[in-house]
Amino acid sequence: MAERALFFILAIVAIVSAGGVVVSRNPVRSALLLVLNFFTLALIYFMLSAQFIGALQVIVYAGAIMVLFLFVIMLLNLGSPEAELQERDLKRPLAYLIGFGILATLVGQAFVLLLPMTPQPPSDAGTAKVIGQALFTQWAYPMLLMGVLLTVGVIGSILLARRRVS
Amino acid sequence: METVPLNAYLVLSAFLFTMGAIGVVIKRNPIVMFMCIELMLNAANLAFLAFARYQTDLLAQVSGHIFVLFVFGVAAAEVAVGLGIIVVIFRLRESIDVDEVSLLRG
Amino acid sequence: MTLADFGWAIARIAIMLGFLLSVLPLLIWLERRALAWFQCRIGPNRLGPFGLLQPMADAVKLFFKEEIVPASADRFIWALAPALSLFPALVAAATIPWGPNRLLTPVADVDIGVLYFLAMSSLAAYGVLLAGWSSNNKYSLLGGLRSSAQVISYELGMGLALATAVLAAGSFRMTTIVEAQAQPLWGVVPFLHNWLIFTPWGLVGGALFFVCMLAETNRAPFDLPEAESELVAGYQTEYSSMKFAAFFMGEYVAILAICGVMTTCFLGGYLAPINWSPIQALGEGGGLWGVLATLTGALMPPLWFVLKLFGLFFSFLWIRATLLRLRYDQLMNLGWRFLIPAGLLNLALLTVYVIWGWIPALIGYAVAIAAYFLVFGARRPERRTVALLPEAQPYRPKEAQSG
Repeated sequence: MAERALFFILAIVAIVSAGGVVVSRNPVRSALLLVLNFFTLALIYFMLSAQFIGALQVIVYAGAIMVLFLFVIMLLNLGSPEAELQERDLKRPLAYLIGFGILATLVGQAFVLLLPMTPQPPSDAGTAKVIGQALFTQWAYPMLLMGVLLTVGVIGSILLARRRVS
Repeated sequence: METVPLNAYLVLSAFLFTMGAIGVVIKRNPIVMFMCIELMLNAANLAFLAFARYQTDLLAQVSGHIFVLFVFGVAAAEVAVGLGIIVVIFRLRESIDVDEVSLLRG
Repeated sequence: MTLADFGWAIARIAIMLGFLLSVLPLLIWLERRALAWFQCRIGPNRLGPFGLLQPMADAVKLFFKEEIVPASADRFIWALAPALSLFPALVAAATIPWGPNRLLTPVADVDIGVLYFLAMSSLAAYGVLLAGWSSNNKYSLLGGLRSSAQVISYELGMGLALATAVLAAGSFRMTTIVEAQAQPLWGVVPFLHNWLIFTPWGLVGGALFFVCMLAETNRAPFDLPEAESELVAGYQTEYSSMKFAAFFMGEYVAILAICGVMTTCFLGGYLAPINWSPIQALGEGGGLWGVLATLTGALMPPLWFVLKLFGLFFSFLWIRATLLRLRYDQLMNLGWRFLIPAGLLNLALLTVYVIWGWIPALIGYAVAIAAYFLVFGARRPERRTVALLPEAQPYRPKEAQSG
């Protein structure tokens, strides 16, 4: 009962903040609402017994990626609100249509599942120990590839940001 | 004690994904478009973790968490490179309104 | 969770918040008096005995000051930033164990204690960033951007240093980390506790974490973003009265929380350096000795914790009074190009210890130090001479006129 109430509150906060990200015309407010969304999602992850992932969500997403977004917004001075669309084109109605289609598909699929609907007893699957063991034994190759990907990302972003000395 | 059914998490994930998708199409500021892409990635993460919670054996449960870790890594690398590209475009054109920089040349 | 557990949790929260907020005026007083002592002057000594009521006077003054609101871009974010600076600092101390008994264990003894602290300290970058942005003032913006870039750069070094402590203890849980330091020193010396800082990887990790602590809390020598001589007050320029007080409090509470984590992970938490438990076991029989044993068992751990906390805070003040401020590029250079490789190397050598034992690890440390000196050489810092402008002549006293 308490779990359902908690999930309901967190879900409402998550949906409202996600809606705010899309609706808001000020990029800084969008970014802050997205931080709130990520924090709420981290709390939902804690409810799903995914402690390690939840803590990493706050550290990586809310604490590093969104700070990077805010840096770029502030450095490029893009905080001014977006101007209204001048011409009425098909973009908005089409977006809403596609969005409704995606939502209908996903929600429809969510109700025909054959999986057990009750959660399994809480296991160790969310702890760092089990995740670490799996990551370094069974999923070792993808982990090494992830390291290569991140290295490529670092090198790429440094190369992009370098000023050409001409 | 009543618990939250799996459907609830999946419906929440669907809502977040849809709002992210609508945001990517509607918004003109590429940084806000990027933020909506991150929202979609997080919705997928939520679906993965919800499924992992409702699995029966440990190996399948852990696989859900591992995949979410990989999504974190991919999102981080993508954000770094994508924001670098946006900064370069801004330096060249002084405007990053996606509708205005829609031509490849000039 | 039963009602009794809930009640104990409320009591632990009250103790944690009470301690953090009530030791704050003491820290402010200590900072001013200790800095004054280092600088061969007296410091505030007029209000109350030894000037102990000075922080009260500061609080009253700040309370009654006029709140100046800038005609800035975003009022809501301007008002939110001090709260975002204070709140993560207050809750970051929730997983720190103050002692072994029921009232003093951490507020939340979770499996991911260290990660929780890292998460809350990552959120500390937002208060500064938003304060700089919403003040609508280019110096505040520069100060805010610099400060948050510094904070996120040193978070990596902090994470690597904490990874050393986690690997040495085998768990992210802070109580397990403290209990792992309750072993005999180096495994063999029976009457001393094995504080992590007494081991080579703990020493290096502790030193790295100490430097990262100074940078995370924007304290000297890393306090360029709030340097009064460079950027007025940096990101805090447009804040007055209670919002400035919130920033001020947030800074000190963050210092306390991060010193608490260093104490827990590297300095043995609430453990004394000497292992009293064989002597305390003599008190099992009861009587006076038993009462003494129970009393010291209950009172000594928090006392040792607070002692170590204040020792670390005093070292903060000492460094503030002594070292010169680092320039921003020197600061970033140190964070990215020295602390992160050093942290990684330390972690690798700790892994060597865990797998193969202490002799290969010590050999590894010797090889690493020798390699560093071979590659970089034991150079003295080079002196650069900068040519003066012709108008700027050095002062030469005139020779005494004769007659």
